[in-house]
Amino acid sequence: TLRLIYTTVTVQRKNVGASGPEKYTETFIKKQIEEFNLGKRHLANMMGEDPETFTQEDIDKAIAYLFPSGLFDKRARPMMKHPTEIFPEQRKIQWGEDGRPFHFLFYTGKQAYYSVMHETYEKLLNVQKYQDQLTAQDLPPQKEKRNLAGSRWLTKIELEEMLLEKLSDDDYSRFVQLLQKLMTLPCGDIEEKYIQKFTKEVPVQLQKVVIEPLKYDERGVAFSTGEGIRKTARATATVYDNGTGKVTVNGIDILHYFPVLQDREQLLFPFQFLDRVGKHDMVCTVSGGGRSAQAGAIRLASAKALRSFVTEKEVEFMRQAGLLTLDPRVKERKKPGQEGARRKFTWKKR
Amino acid sequence: DDKLLSEPLSHPDYFNLKELFSLKDLFDARVHLGHKKGCRHRFMEPYIFGCRLDQDIIDLDQTMQHLQLALNFTAHIAYRKGIILFISRKRQFCHLVESTARACGEYAHTRYWQGGLLTNAHIQFGSGVRLPDLLIFLSSLNNVFEPHVAIRDAAKMNIPTVGVVDTNCNPCLITYPIPGNDDSPTAMELYCKLFRMTIIRAKDKRRQTEVFNELR
Repeated sequence: TLRLIYTTVTVQRKNVGASGPEKYTETFIKKQIEEFNLGKRHLANMMGEDPETFTQEDIDKAIAYLFPSGLFDKRARPMMKHPTEIFPEQRKIQWGEDGRPFHFLFYTGKQAYYSVMHETYEKLLNVQKYQDQLTAQDLPPQKEKRNLAGSRWLTKIELEEMLLEKLSDDDYSRFVQLLQKLMTLPCGDIEEKYIQKFTKEVPVQLQKVVIEPLKYDERGVAFSTGEGIRKTARATATVYDNGTGKVTVNGIDILHYFPVLQDREQLLFPFQFLDRVGKHDMVCTVSGGGRSAQAGAIRLASAKALRSFVTEKEVEFMRQAGLLTLDPRVKERKKPGQEGARRKFTWKKR
Repeated sequence: DDKLLSEPLSHPDYFNLKELFSLKDLFDARVHLGHKKGCRHRFMEPYIFGCRLDQDIIDLDQTMQHLQLALNFTAHIAYRKGIILFISRKRQFCHLVESTARACGEYAHTRYWQGGLLTNAHIQFGSGVRLPDLLIFLSSLNNVFEPHVAIRDAAKMNIPTVGVVDTNCNPCLITYPIPGNDDSPTAMELYCKLFRMTIIRAKDKRRQTEVFNELR
């Protein structure tokens, strides 16, 4: 007698999220690079330029012209860049045909991080050996001061990008501690190059801003201009040397333009800070905003103009006092479902 | 091809490893020194020669035999192009072990052991990984003085293990234990030197026999 065996086919649902972010194969990236180069030449033809000398800047300008977009986020606008900049770098397969992994620390899981730790520790041992050699030969240890102020360590995210691996906060702090230990030893130039791989230059804030030199008008008096913004007010100020402290706003004297004491104090503040109260003349134009906003805008403009008259140290003092900082506070927009920007409608229990 | 693999198995000491070490070398490297009597593990008692001023002394004759067997085994594994993984959780010797592994062309793991490295390998590394064919423990305890998780995992995954067991270690799950000191720098350097020389010898022998066979 035959007996029927009932079988059920269990369908396993494909878990779409389990495999992780999309992995790009090498052939796919190569194809994308070829398509990009062809597209670049087509674009150059369209714009009437020479396909051979078409740089990335020209591409950006052409795309901005052909596809104008008012979106705020630059990353959301249409862009055409080399595929290596668009597709993030991914790790290729770590082992060869016979199954043997390439890296000797593969079985730890975090091979790049641990290999970096291993190399750093090796440098540390080298430095200690070198120090021992120097003391054996009775030479004094070299004391060279490295520039500590101008550089910082790589952040955790930058290190992750460099190693193409996820790190934990603990791992990152351990690595930074090792590097600091290496740096504190009197090692000098031996390991300088290695440490520079993990440091980044931090330009001092002041070096970015260019202070304009003084200009001279027909009478031979030195003057300089500055621009200031506060809320919706825009102001331009010209500060003249060898003056009596006269200030003119939009052709009107400040006593008539700013009847309130507080506004005139705001205008006075930069000159008072630099002890040059009666020495300069000022002519300004201002538009937009209200009474207080216009005063703040003129204050910023005059401070920027005064930079050219003053030494660098005093400019740094002004910056630290907040005279040169643009005030970013603007009126916050009203949201739907609320009465104002923050105020909600009255809550009724029933 | 079959002859290439079966020929070394017929000799008891095909790679002539007895000449690499002697009892005097082991004694000079302080391999016989164990921990104090209170730290002694029950299963290590057969390997202990005696106890002097509360400190255990390991029997070096037994160590010689175990070392011979273990080195012979690693040489055969290296001859057959197996993957060897060095494990040690001693912070002092982490750099030494990693450099020995790099010099041999094999692999090392001297850092924190993540739970599923051997048992959950296909998900941690990717599908198609090849697991190690031999684990060599240069110190079989981890930083909390407990047996290393890899011993148990290797037993689960049918991977043979070779390990240096000190007087406070459990030699049960290790296939080729080597009773000996794992705390002195001289002893660790000796072990690293021995393993490095055996693996390099075995690989050279393999290359030579392949070249001979090709010439015929």
